[in-house]
Amino acid sequence: MATGMTPKIKLTDVVKRFGEKCVLDGVNLSVEPGESVAIIGGSGTGKSVTLKCILALLIPDSGSIEIDGQEIVGARSSEIARIRAKFGMLFQGGALFDSMPVWRNVTFGLTQGRMREPARMRHIAEENLERVGLGRDILNLRPNELSGGMQKRVALARAIAPRPEIIFFDEPTTGLDPIRADMINDLITSLVKDLGVTALTITHDMSSARKIADRVAMLYNGRIIWHGPRDRLYDSGNPYVDQFVQGRADGPIR
Amino acid sequence: MIKAIPAFPLLAFAAIGRLVVGLLAMVGRVTKFALTTIVRAVTPPYYPARLFAQIMEIGWFSLPVVGLTAIFTGSALAQQIYTGGSRFNASSTVPAIVVFGMVRELGPVLVGLMVAGRVASAMAAELGTMRVTEQLDALATLRTDSYRYLIAPRLVAAVLALPVMVLIANSIGIMGGYLLSIYKLGFNPASYLATTRQFLEWDDIRMAVVKAAVFGFIIALMGCYNGLHTRGGAAGVGKATTDAVVSSFVLILFSDLVITIVAFG
Repeated sequence: MATGMTPKIKLTDVVKRFGEKCVLDGVNLSVEPGESVAIIGGSGTGKSVTLKCILALLIPDSGSIEIDGQEIVGARSSEIARIRAKFGMLFQGGALFDSMPVWRNVTFGLTQGRMREPARMRHIAEENLERVGLGRDILNLRPNELSGGMQKRVALARAIAPRPEIIFFDEPTTGLDPIRADMINDLITSLVKDLGVTALTITHDMSSARKIADRVAMLYNGRIIWHGPRDRLYDSGNPYVDQFVQGRADGPIR
Repeated sequence: MIKAIPAFPLLAFAAIGRLVVGLLAMVGRVTKFALTTIVRAVTPPYYPARLFAQIMEIGWFSLPVVGLTAIFTGSALAQQIYTGGSRFNASSTVPAIVVFGMVRELGPVLVGLMVAGRVASAMAAELGTMRVTEQLDALATLRTDSYRYLIAPRLVAAVLALPVMVLIANSIGIMGGYLLSIYKLGFNPASYLATTRQFLEWDDIRMAVVKAAVFGFIIALMGCYNGLHTRGGAAGVGKATTDAVVSSFVLILFSDLVITIVAFG
């Protein structure tokens, strides 16, 4: 996509190895401001590693990752902390802090774990929980007292509470029944639209990718082998993408 | 012509080499971890509420087990010294040796080992679970430094709490020896207390406090290091917990020996 704008996220030739295993072998991807992109691919193809490299949780062996034109590979930790203020992240398992109640989880990005202005924070938590369709009755509950779907929603509320510019979704529908998964997809779509954020989702759930994303990229063998608008997903002309989206055992992917 | 070196000695050297390099690498990693934690602990932001919570967790909630260990050990020590000393008419040394034994050695070491068993394992399990459930990654994305938020409060709390616990354990241990000596062995209470006071020295108390602070540092360091470096799922958490306890035990006993030799050697 050549819009002339500085991409919100830009990966250039990103390589990441773990010992002998090369997980990312020159990933190139660009996400424009306000765009929602989904990276699809099988298990172990490096989707989560890509996300962790963008979040600076992993350091690539080579290549460049820019956020709003600012390089994060090799950046100082203070600089990375500043860039991370733009991010919100929904982890696959929620990754809620089980030692604290829901309202403190939701406002953690605002307080960095300190007990400051509890009344205002509870109010902010309530507002964000309402956005994800949850009531104030769960404010004082612990994450382990919630169902899987509710935990995902609380994690989503936590991700949006600091009003990030970019939200990452790591397998947002994994572990949910089809109805709950569709509800989460709807929720993500409306939140991304309402908040005007840039979104990057990694998933192997095709219905989720088609619903959430404007554009889809397929990661295979550590490289982006295809990308295009979501409407072309089932008409990509790429045998790897065809096999993956149709869920066939026979084909070029072994 | 160069004579071929037999394969077995080469393999043995290679194995020893790998072991030594692995050990040195581990020492390097733990040292870096400790230095990073110390630097983060003395620079803001600070988390006083978390420090207080950890002092309660490490100190207050360990008191029952530490107290019971101390009273049983002090009493058993008195009985052993009395039985052994009777063979060469030295049973009157019971108060002096109970004081020496508890304050210089048994108090700090037993408190260190008991707290290591209870706290290092809990730290490793909690942090390990946070690692495998991506809670540590979540902390980073929420712009919270896990060293400052999770590790530093535990390390500082353990260094502060252990000396107080050792002083309490020493007092309870000496009392255990006193009670057994008075009510079972028939010692005179006044002369027992007088001998105890006579042999209780400030230098010994100071050394016990120093040992306790070092043990506290070791316990928190091993618990947090192993927890933070957990790999894999539930099995990884189990391994981290075991490693935390075993390494704490070994390092506590080793550092106790070093401090004792430096102080009395």
